[in-house]
Amino acid sequence: MYPYIQNTKEDIKRMLETIGIDSVDHLFSDIPEDIRFDRELDLKPSMSEMEVRKYLTDMSKKNLTINDLTCFLGAGAYDHYIPSVVKHITSRSEFYTSYTPYQPEVSQGTLQYIFEYQTLICKLTGMEVANASLYDGGTAIAEAAIMATNITRKDQLVISKTVNPQYREVLKTYAHLQNLEVIEVDEAEGVTNLDELKKNVTDKTAAVIVQSPNFFGIVEDLKAIEEIAHSQKKTLFVTCVDPISLGILKSPGSLGADIVVGEGQSLGISLQFGGPYLGFIAVNKAHMRRLPGRLVGETVDANGKRAFVLTLQAREQHIRREKATSNICSNQGINTLAAAVYLVTLGKQGLREVAARSTQMAHYAYSEMIKSGKFKPLFNKPFFKEFAVTSDIDADTVNKKLLDEKILGGYALEKDYPQYKNGILYAVTEKRTKEEIDKLISVLEGIE
Amino acid sequence: MKVLKDLYYTKDHEWLKVEGDEAYIGLTDFAQDSLGDIVYVELPEVDDEFSKEDAFAAVESVKAASDVFMPVDGKIVEVNEALLDEPGLINEDPYENWIAKIEIADKSQLDELLSADEYEKLLDEEV
Amino acid sequence: MRKYDKLIFELSKPGRRAFKLPESSIEEKNLEELIPAEFLSDEELDLPELSEVDIIRHYINLSNKNYGVDTGFYPLGSCTMKYNPKINEDMAGLDGFQNIHPFQSEDTVQGALQLMYELDKALCEISGMDKMTLQPAAGAHGELTGLALIKAYHEHRGDTKRTKIIVPDSAHGTNPASAMMAGFQTIEIKSTEEGLVDIESLKAALDDEVAGLMLTNPNTLGLFERHIVEIAKLVHDAGGLLYYDGANANAILGKVRPGDMGFDVVHFNLHKTFSTPHGGGGPGSGPVGVKKILMDYLPTPTVEKDGDRYYLNYNIPHSVGRMKDFYGHFSILVRAYSYILAMGKDGLKTVSEMAVLNANYLAHKLKDYYNLPEGTIYKHEFVMAGLKGALSDVTTLDVAKRLLDYGYHPPTIYFPLIVNEALMTEPTESESIETLDEFAEVMIKIAEEAKENPELLKEAPHNTPIGRPDEARAARNPVLRYEG
Repeated sequence: MYPYIQNTKEDIKRMLETIGIDSVDHLFSDIPEDIRFDRELDLKPSMSEMEVRKYLTDMSKKNLTINDLTCFLGAGAYDHYIPSVVKHITSRSEFYTSYTPYQPEVSQGTLQYIFEYQTLICKLTGMEVANASLYDGGTAIAEAAIMATNITRKDQLVISKTVNPQYREVLKTYAHLQNLEVIEVDEAEGVTNLDELKKNVTDKTAAVIVQSPNFFGIVEDLKAIEEIAHSQKKTLFVTCVDPISLGILKSPGSLGADIVVGEGQSLGISLQFGGPYLGFIAVNKAHMRRLPGRLVGETVDANGKRAFVLTLQAREQHIRREKATSNICSNQGINTLAAAVYLVTLGKQGLREVAARSTQMAHYAYSEMIKSGKFKPLFNKPFFKEFAVTSDIDADTVNKKLLDEKILGGYALEKDYPQYKNGILYAVTEKRTKEEIDKLISVLEGIE
Repeated sequence: MKVLKDLYYTKDHEWLKVEGDEAYIGLTDFAQDSLGDIVYVELPEVDDEFSKEDAFAAVESVKAASDVFMPVDGKIVEVNEALLDEPGLINEDPYENWIAKIEIADKSQLDELLSADEYEKLLDEEV
Repeated sequence: MRKYDKLIFELSKPGRRAFKLPESSIEEKNLEELIPAEFLSDEELDLPELSEVDIIRHYINLSNKNYGVDTGFYPLGSCTMKYNPKINEDMAGLDGFQNIHPFQSEDTVQGALQLMYELDKALCEISGMDKMTLQPAAGAHGELTGLALIKAYHEHRGDTKRTKIIVPDSAHGTNPASAMMAGFQTIEIKSTEEGLVDIESLKAALDDEVAGLMLTNPNTLGLFERHIVEIAKLVHDAGGLLYYDGANANAILGKVRPGDMGFDVVHFNLHKTFSTPHGGGGPGSGPVGVKKILMDYLPTPTVEKDGDRYYLNYNIPHSVGRMKDFYGHFSILVRAYSYILAMGKDGLKTVSEMAVLNANYLAHKLKDYYNLPEGTIYKHEFVMAGLKGALSDVTTLDVAKRLLDYGYHPPTIYFPLIVNEALMTEPTESESIETLDEFAEVMIKIAEEAKENPELLKEAPHNTPIGRPDEARAARNPVLRYEG
């Protein structure tokens, strides 16, 4: 007996009789005998729900969570507060047990929330068209880069080393497959080195790719970078952005970005050990037909009533096959719903407040941390909710001491930036309090 | 399906109307009918040069997409920009609403194209 | 309720709030003192203002306009719309799995790494492969990963002229699209009359420029590729590798393994075969398994075990690199493992047996009314070539839309491309004989309606939240965001 299989012995007998065969095995007789699997799978026998629950709950308890620890870790995944409504809405099984909305008449729920999500991303980024989402921040950069090479018919990508190192790794993987050249531009003082950037942007450049706030949490001078990017007639300006930061920072759209991408995990999606998260991409209308992935559009039904459908599908793999704009088929479905619910719940005032509070708390932590001189700022640049410091103590020692005091310390920069030995990147969200930050500082100050 | 007499045709269902060294290219009635409601036409740029059988444009319907191929070598001299706003014009009158006007590179290639009669025969076979 | 027609933006009213921050615990400064004014936005955010009540009602109303597996029968071919067990959701929601940061030190996430390690082993056993990467985010992403591995394998051997991937004409659209993304050229080969790979076409396509063959087995017609051993030998002899598109793996669990069929690289769709929810389009998860010859090329990191300790291995000599951020769609992996534990070695085999039995039973009930070849054994799905008999102009689309009136989600329509008027039907093992009987009755009734009252079908659906939408209008004048 299995709870998710309904056929009884009697049912099976009746079905076999109807088909006119004597055994279920007959239905597998077309598999050549020499490759049939003739032993039992080497797996555990089936478990009851009680056993599954115990087995996995025990396993989960071997992990320490952000409810056990006070989280100052970010580097691309953030501990922002998730309002209760998000979980309640995404748990509606009419939403999460449905498939891609290929039958619009019975999928208006999914189609409308995607349409609303697309609208919200446009409003945040200051762009005209957003798709129904991509896998994550890294693949969104890769897709944007490939899109840029297709639009410009150039095959060189210039990316700043202040872009999240993982995103750059993903880009390099994708670029290698398509024989595209990736040029990484050095940073200076924690921001993109504009002189180096200038040298590398030529008439071969398909796109200039930067992140702001960048991996170090620093706000890049997008206006200056935009000018360099657009000094070449066809080159596209791609910016990667933390959507929470747009509660207070100027939108990339208002600063001349051609493609805006980013990681949307901050928008109501749990940390869940790295995924699933939410990649977003937005462009202006001129490039909408080059977008990868799904798009939902508004139309009317046979009675003239407002309705939503998947549209511009001729770009996609199921129609264009090897000539599609991308091979992507799924979107992040239920996570786009989470992001939409998060954004409308915070609303006009709330998103600004969360962004501002994160900045305030991060700056408080920063100024307290550098007070005694034991920890020094790695850079002296304006930052949003993350900042980097360094000291004479190696990052592992620091983080172990913090863990002993139930604090999840920052990200060790050395593995991606060997020049910043002992550098640690701290993230501070609106969830952190003065008390928690003061404790962090006091533990740090106590480390020998 | 309508097939006009004085045009050249390809097996990919394009027509070619020659005027001196230049020619208009469009889709046949059969092509527009099989595609259904055309929703978008991707046009080439003026001065783009293509060889025979290169895809120089694309037409999209709701659930299909199809490349449009060059019947002969040539250079684009004009594109029908009206199609950008009203792609459905091709459905309304495929022979009136051309896609691009080209300068023919080598007129001897015209001999390799189908006549109206040959094209009609091809359609009979396909149906 | 189904008549609800508001957009969230239309509910906004100045002054409404659904979110409140606690009082600040520090003395806050002017933002301009922290970040230069030139970087700060001087405009108000253009987001709606709503109360929590508004928000909940809006989305609950939207959910009422949706159809999911929990609503009813969803026989969407190649999508394996099986039941999504509720324990899976609870397990993914455990604090210990849901609230862990991907960059925590390994000693604080041993449970998460253990789960990934055990899932890796289980999927290897089920597929007959040697090692998995759990990183790919979806089936198509698995395909891209697998093709990247094939590319790296040839490149590493200096065999750089292998630039082509062979794909049968019955393949999922993602196969050629993934080949394009991986920088390959696609060679499409024909199927036989019966719908299997045409061996002669394959032979003709094989040469020293072929990097590999992508194949689904059973294929999209629900047929097992009986000549798979010969196909594998031909491809291997020509120096190519074999890629298994696991979209249809629900038919073969515990019955036959891709590894034993001769495949070198495999992806599974956890959201199909292993019961994780489709989520209205995602997130999915597409783990990729490889034979030993490809292990050195896997994306970094993989999950390994040393004594009692689990760790992330970044030391893979010829890795293709990173395919996505972090380690994969972890909480989808939790759901899939929960399912594998619940079904166990005995249950997984039963899954495939019942999925195949259900498909054959339903096909048998419909074969007098819809075009199906005689005497075929199907695997988990079957493809009908539209209504039987010469009928007016009633199409498969009309049949699908009429099914909506009867409360069913229609099968996949117009795919695979090689079948005219295709209705690709996959009942899955989740369904009961009663559901299959009722569905068959409705399908037969629709076949009768098509003869007696075709207009009923042409104008369907009649009682869904909306009627047929004007898709041409949507595509001609795209409205992709609310501008009211």
